[in-house]
Amino acid sequence: MPISYTSQEQVEVYRFSLPVTILLPLIALFLQAFLPLHLRFFAIFDLPLLVVIFFAVARRSPVAGLLTGAAIGLLQDALTHHPLGVYGIAKTVVGFGASSLGVKLDVDNVGARFLVTLFFYAVHEIVYFLVARGLVGLTLQWSWLHELAGAFSNAVLAAVLFTLLDRFKQRT
Amino acid sequence: MENILTRYRNVTVLVAVLFAQVLGLAVQVKRTSENESTRLVRVWAVSAVTPFEKAIAWFGGGVGNMWRSYVYLRGVRQENRELKEQIEKLRLEQVRLNDDAEQARRLQLLLGFKEQFISKTVAAQVIGSSGSEQSRAIYIDKGSDRGIDKDMPVITADGVVGKVLRVYGSTSQVLLINDQTSGVGVLLEKSRLQGVLRGTPAGEVVLEKVMSDEQVLPGEKVLTSGGDQIFPKGLPVGVVTKVSPGPELFLNIRVRPAANLSTLEEVLVITQQEEKSPSVTESSPLRAVDILAQRLPSVPDKPPAPTVKPTAVKVSGQTTPPSSETPKTRSTTTEPQTAPEDRPQ
Repeated sequence: MPISYTSQEQVEVYRFSLPVTILLPLIALFLQAFLPLHLRFFAIFDLPLLVVIFFAVARRSPVAGLLTGAAIGLLQDALTHHPLGVYGIAKTVVGFGASSLGVKLDVDNVGARFLVTLFFYAVHEIVYFLVARGLVGLTLQWSWLHELAGAFSNAVLAAVLFTLLDRFKQRT
Repeated sequence: MENILTRYRNVTVLVAVLFAQVLGLAVQVKRTSENESTRLVRVWAVSAVTPFEKAIAWFGGGVGNMWRSYVYLRGVRQENRELKEQIEKLRLEQVRLNDDAEQARRLQLLLGFKEQFISKTVAAQVIGSSGSEQSRAIYIDKGSDRGIDKDMPVITADGVVGKVLRVYGSTSQVLLINDQTSGVGVLLEKSRLQGVLRGTPAGEVVLEKVMSDEQVLPGEKVLTSGGDQIFPKGLPVGVVTKVSPGPELFLNIRVRPAANLSTLEEVLVITQQEEKSPSVTESSPLRAVDILAQRLPSVPDKPPAPTVKPTAVKVSGQTTPPSSETPKTRSTTTEPQTAPEDRPQ
């Protein structure tokens, strides 16, 4: 049932079953922690971030998006040795932003998903960098080339992954 | 007021959640000691993720072992031959080193030195990482149930890996030496200069606190100094790769870790160290010449002098040598000296 509208067309809102809501972030966290051990290049991807964006743009609820982002971010923080909250804050902002954008725009096609992921990856990295340096005191190096490569890699993966994850969507 | 909150509900929730996290961060950063306040969340996260990792590591290990042990045996014969040759060379090297070690122990005993020995280790499998490029930490499949404790050194056969940072029931988090928050007390093998080994944000390893008027050359080995009270002295850490003038009065020394930190599979956790006086073995060590004599049997022993000079028997034009002159190969009954019990592992 459409509950949000743009000026021209209606935007559909989706929900997910409880097992998918719980297991998808856990699987993303597990793969993020496990795969870089065997495939070094995989460290450039941020699967938990992609899951946050996917849930946010599908649910199109800013509160649900930011809470999902905060929960996944805090779990990701818990696996590192840094204080809890660095990823949490960054993913809260992304969850809120992506769901707010999802309310206004239809981001269900591949091109839009690519661009949305590209944009929110950059937002995530900037917020993470500011929090890690400003609040925690970590010394981080900002490399434009690395960030650009990360943004493109994650955007390409998102375009593919979101199509697969669409199967778990349930119309409200 | 209520209308404003209702109208801006989304933004209000966002600000509240962000404020709570910033506050939580501030509290954690303020507390420099063990963050017990966050332990519960960490335990939940680790408990949720590590069972998958353990299962896959166990399954992958089993399949890999079956493949390597029973299916893919190509080149094993050649490898076996090469390893045997390598063992021969190492045995000769061991004899020379045993001599040096015995001499060093005698001197240490005379000077009343106390030596650190690794008396107990626990082998562990690497099952996961932190999943973040900014946090260079790994997870191993052994925890407090196997006697692992915080700050225990973690090594491989190649060199130092890191130290145990957090311990859970059956899992532990290990901070690698290339993380920017790690620090290892080290010394250079030849020059004996001491410094602190640290990681960089890019995951490289640098040696700090070496004055710029000192001479350090690329290729020099870096060993643990024991000064950090965590790693026992003398463990290999890495090799100097680049030396350049650094900030202030210190050199900028880049080090390549001896252990390959990006492809770790199995590690050893040093769970017990002992400090005691070195003991000199009672039996005399084997000399290199003894080993050579054992391994080169082609040189025959000099036959014992005959008491009665035998006479050659001439049979139909051929001369048969007497039986006592038949060359025989030297028996190889002497085994190389076994390592004393108190030798470090």
